[in-house]
Amino acid sequence: MATETHEATTHSAATDGAAAATTHDAGHAAADAAHGAADAGPGMPQLDFSTFGNQIFWLLVTLVVIYIILSRFALPRIAAVLAERQGTITNDIAAAEDLKAKAVEAEAAYNQALADARVEASNIVAAAKADIQAELDQAIAKADTEIAAKSAEGEKAIAEIRATATAAVKTVSKDVAKELITSMGATADAKTVTAAVTARMKG
Amino acid sequence: MMTRPNRAMMRELEMASEAHTEEAGLVFHPMDQFIVKPLFGDGPVGMFTITNVTLWMGITILGIFALLVLGTRRRAVIPTRTQSIGELAYGFIYKMVEDVTGKDGVKYFPYIMTLFMFIVFANFVGLLPMSFTTTSHIAVTAVMAMAVFLAVTILGFVKNGAGFLGLFWVSSAPLALRPILALIEIISYFVRPVSHSIRLAGNMMAGHAVIKVFAGFAAITAIAPLSIVAITAMYGLEVLVSFIQAYVFTILTCVYLKDALHPAH
Repeated sequence: MATETHEATTHSAATDGAAAATTHDAGHAAADAAHGAADAGPGMPQLDFSTFGNQIFWLLVTLVVIYIILSRFALPRIAAVLAERQGTITNDIAAAEDLKAKAVEAEAAYNQALADARVEASNIVAAAKADIQAELDQAIAKADTEIAAKSAEGEKAIAEIRATATAAVKTVSKDVAKELITSMGATADAKTVTAAVTARMKG
Repeated sequence: MMTRPNRAMMRELEMASEAHTEEAGLVFHPMDQFIVKPLFGDGPVGMFTITNVTLWMGITILGIFALLVLGTRRRAVIPTRTQSIGELAYGFIYKMVEDVTGKDGVKYFPYIMTLFMFIVFANFVGLLPMSFTTTSHIAVTAVMAMAVFLAVTILGFVKNGAGFLGLFWVSSAPLALRPILALIEIISYFVRPVSHSIRLAGNMMAGHAVIKVFAGFAAITAIAPLSIVAITAMYGLEVLVSFIQAYVFTILTCVYLKDALHPAH
């Protein structure tokens, strides 16, 4: 303000060259002064001290309100959220480690079970094989005996048939010989014919 | 303090200067955006008058409330976008306080967070067209800087007693140099609140004023496209500056706090 007034006075003094300035001149000089002030900077509203009280009052109100909002609501809440998240992450990592250990355990158990199963399976296969072999042997033996019995029976039947056949041949031969002799005109002596046929058949 | 007649005269001058510049064709009022005026009526600005300062500080509060309270109301473990921004701001300042001041500085975190959130929101809200930037006023930044300065100084003496003066006594320097260094240290210590406050207000004011000047040039058709490009570029820069100045103010607060808690060099 000091510069403004100073400038105003010098200006009006320069234009009029007299101390008795009219109201119009004073206004003009003042306008010039204000114009100069706006250019040079003393017109800065920042330096208008009359508004300082107002600004400072509202600033203090604002800061107190912000402080209350932050310290009562915002900061504890955000801190809690961040802590909770940290906790969740830590828990999740622990849980993941746990699950991983469990998975490793499960894999080992699975492998063990698999190996056991293989051993058992091979045992079962061996046992089954032995059983089957025994059954097979038994069946073969049974079959062999049956076959032997059957062949003995057959042989017997063949021998019987052969014996019957020989007897029949003898009778047929006797009869044929007798008929031959009869057809040649001689009387066949039964005894002689039989003897001859018997001798022939032996020979 | 300006007296009543002076204010009346100033208003008259403003009106006169407006008429004067309009005659010239180009209208430059780069500083008008910083004028504190009552929201209702046209009376003088008293201490408790509801002004545009009130309005924009209120909007700042609402912005902070929306981000940090409404944004986190679901307390989700998997955050929404707003909640993650809030958490980001929290983590950013918390880590800054912890890194700069150490573990024992963490209990001052809410105060520093208050400062940061206020400055960063006031800066960004002030970038809205037609808005009022509360942090461009030296009255606002000086109060915050002085609060930091006084708090840190008192805290330094309460925590360390006379040991706090060790901050000015550079024991690693040669004995002959120490008084000179102590003088320099003391001067620099008392300059802190000045630089602390002017840095923020100056940055905000300068950028906004430059945008306004470019906007004034847009009245000339031939320069208008260039002017718009310049405004856009400045605006982008201002967005960056808004954040950086809030960051700088906060980290300097942390540094001063560290000096108070651990005054040894």
